[in-house]
Amino acid sequence: MTDSLDQIFVFVKHWLLDQLANVLPPAIMPLVSSVMSLLPVLVVFPSLFALTTVFERKGLGRIQNRYGPNRVGPFGFLQFAADGIKAIIKEDVVPRAADKVVHFIAPVILVITALTVYAVLPFGRNMVAADFDAGLLFFFAVGAASELAVFMAGWSSRNKYALLGAMRAVAQMVSYEIPLILSSVAVVMITGTLSLPKIVAAQSTHAGLLPDWFVFTPWGFAGFILFLIAANAELNRSPFDLPEGESEIIAGYFIEYSGFKFALFFLAEYLSMFALSGLGITLFLGGWNAPFAALEFIPSWAWFFIKLLTMIFMFIWTRGTLPRLRQDQLMNLAWKFMIPMVLVNLVAAAVWHFTGPGITRWFTSGALVLGAYMLLGKPQFESKDIGKRTYRFAD
Amino acid sequence: MLGEGIIKGMAETARNFLGSYVSAERLTTVQYPEERSVQIENARQFPFLVFDGDDPMKGLRCVACQICEKECPPKCIYIVKSKDKRADYKGQMQLYPTTFNIDLSVCMSCGICVEVCPFESIKMNTEFELSTTDRFGGLLVNKHQLAKSNDHYRKIHPTDASSSDAALAVEVAKAQAKAKADVEAKAKAAAEAKAKAVAATPVAPQPVAAT
Repeated sequence: MTDSLDQIFVFVKHWLLDQLANVLPPAIMPLVSSVMSLLPVLVVFPSLFALTTVFERKGLGRIQNRYGPNRVGPFGFLQFAADGIKAIIKEDVVPRAADKVVHFIAPVILVITALTVYAVLPFGRNMVAADFDAGLLFFFAVGAASELAVFMAGWSSRNKYALLGAMRAVAQMVSYEIPLILSSVAVVMITGTLSLPKIVAAQSTHAGLLPDWFVFTPWGFAGFILFLIAANAELNRSPFDLPEGESEIIAGYFIEYSGFKFALFFLAEYLSMFALSGLGITLFLGGWNAPFAALEFIPSWAWFFIKLLTMIFMFIWTRGTLPRLRQDQLMNLAWKFMIPMVLVNLVAAAVWHFTGPGITRWFTSGALVLGAYMLLGKPQFESKDIGKRTYRFAD
Repeated sequence: MLGEGIIKGMAETARNFLGSYVSAERLTTVQYPEERSVQIENARQFPFLVFDGDDPMKGLRCVACQICEKECPPKCIYIVKSKDKRADYKGQMQLYPTTFNIDLSVCMSCGICVEVCPFESIKMNTEFELSTTDRFGGLLVNKHQLAKSNDHYRKIHPTDASSSDAALAVEVAKAQAKAKADVEAKAKAAAEAKAKAVAATPVAPQPVAAT
């Protein structure tokens, strides 16, 4: 029973494929199979985007001690419908000086890249659209193309703010791509595979009370935190929302977009957020595995979505808490702190791997990570006492 | 330790997040159409014209002096003077406005018209729900829409209204005193003239006699 519930989507797909095989020519069956794998992704994640916008606005509201949207539908949960209709019926303004073709395809490319990465994410047991060996590499390769789309949007708008935003975005995304990838490399070193389902399988066992998720190791914990920070920066979300920076450059690279294209930028941003959260879950939080053996009656795909919602909540929570960084602070954090940290983390992962099981590897690996954290963080981010502020003219 | 501040901040926002579900006094916002916050007494939106008595058009204090029209920074007031005169609150004969329009889409609620008005006749209202589907005609209000009773003014701005009433009472008292003084002066002058006439009568024939 639990097994059939766990595999229900797989069974449904195979049953449908069997039915269609009687009707359709065998030559197009692989195409039909991939369409049927992708269709749920195209339905579920945009719907999740719609819900997340409401959750985010309500969550941010609660963080700021207000209600958030509560007018449309029950408790305001239909707000996304109102927003969507508004975005569709708004006039689509294209600046006269804009490069119209590039201006048009930039949001399309952004959404396509954001959607393509879902192909390799395992949403549950046997539930991955394209299970190939270089899945992680594919994820990062496609994800990096979003930088191109962002710069296309900024450049083609022929607007100072858009260009500034795009340049900030590219500088930020290129800088944070390195810690993002290097923090995942530690997982690849341990598991010895780039295939995401195999990485999940490597975390499916239980050691005592805790599951064998990589987040419960010193290098995995540090890697997960670094991954979260880098993912936050990669997504241009607060506190790394300099490319958008409402108070400085209004909306950054999508300032000249209106109506549905503007909505597409938001869709792409949230889709990338879900995808990177999914990747974080897959790499560090045991993918679709249940935390305890006793909880395995809950289907694997449900576990994936529970973890995904938790990650989304984390993203909303950080957005509601932290103020925006300055450009130099952003770059300092990436190049002087995050990249040395991930490099040390790689060594810590190697130490963990080669010091056999036991308490020793906890200490050596943990000491490495913690020592690097103290040494790198202390001199750079220590608040300096600059004394009492004196005023020359105001007194 | 590095990151301590972030954790503190996250704890604070988490406290707000959960606390706003538990204690209603944390919520600072007012759910506007259903509940309203009480306006402070000095709240001001757009001007209105004060009238005394029952008939808005007869009791209008405005004497169409056009000071507010001239002083208005965005020039949102338009006044046409009357040809005839009528008695104002202290019985003086004054002009009155045949047209008094304010374009609320232009008005910037500065209150300068109120400050310059020597007749206590234009005051700021607190009405703010003025949305309309007609953004030209709907926001151009005439003197019939602008006229509000002095009771309304006393209700929305009690302190200002009492000082305004006191100022007007002083004016009325002054006017009455002046009228009384005039009457007395007139009576005195008449008496003097009479006395003079009486005194002069016996003397009058003299020049005649002299000639």
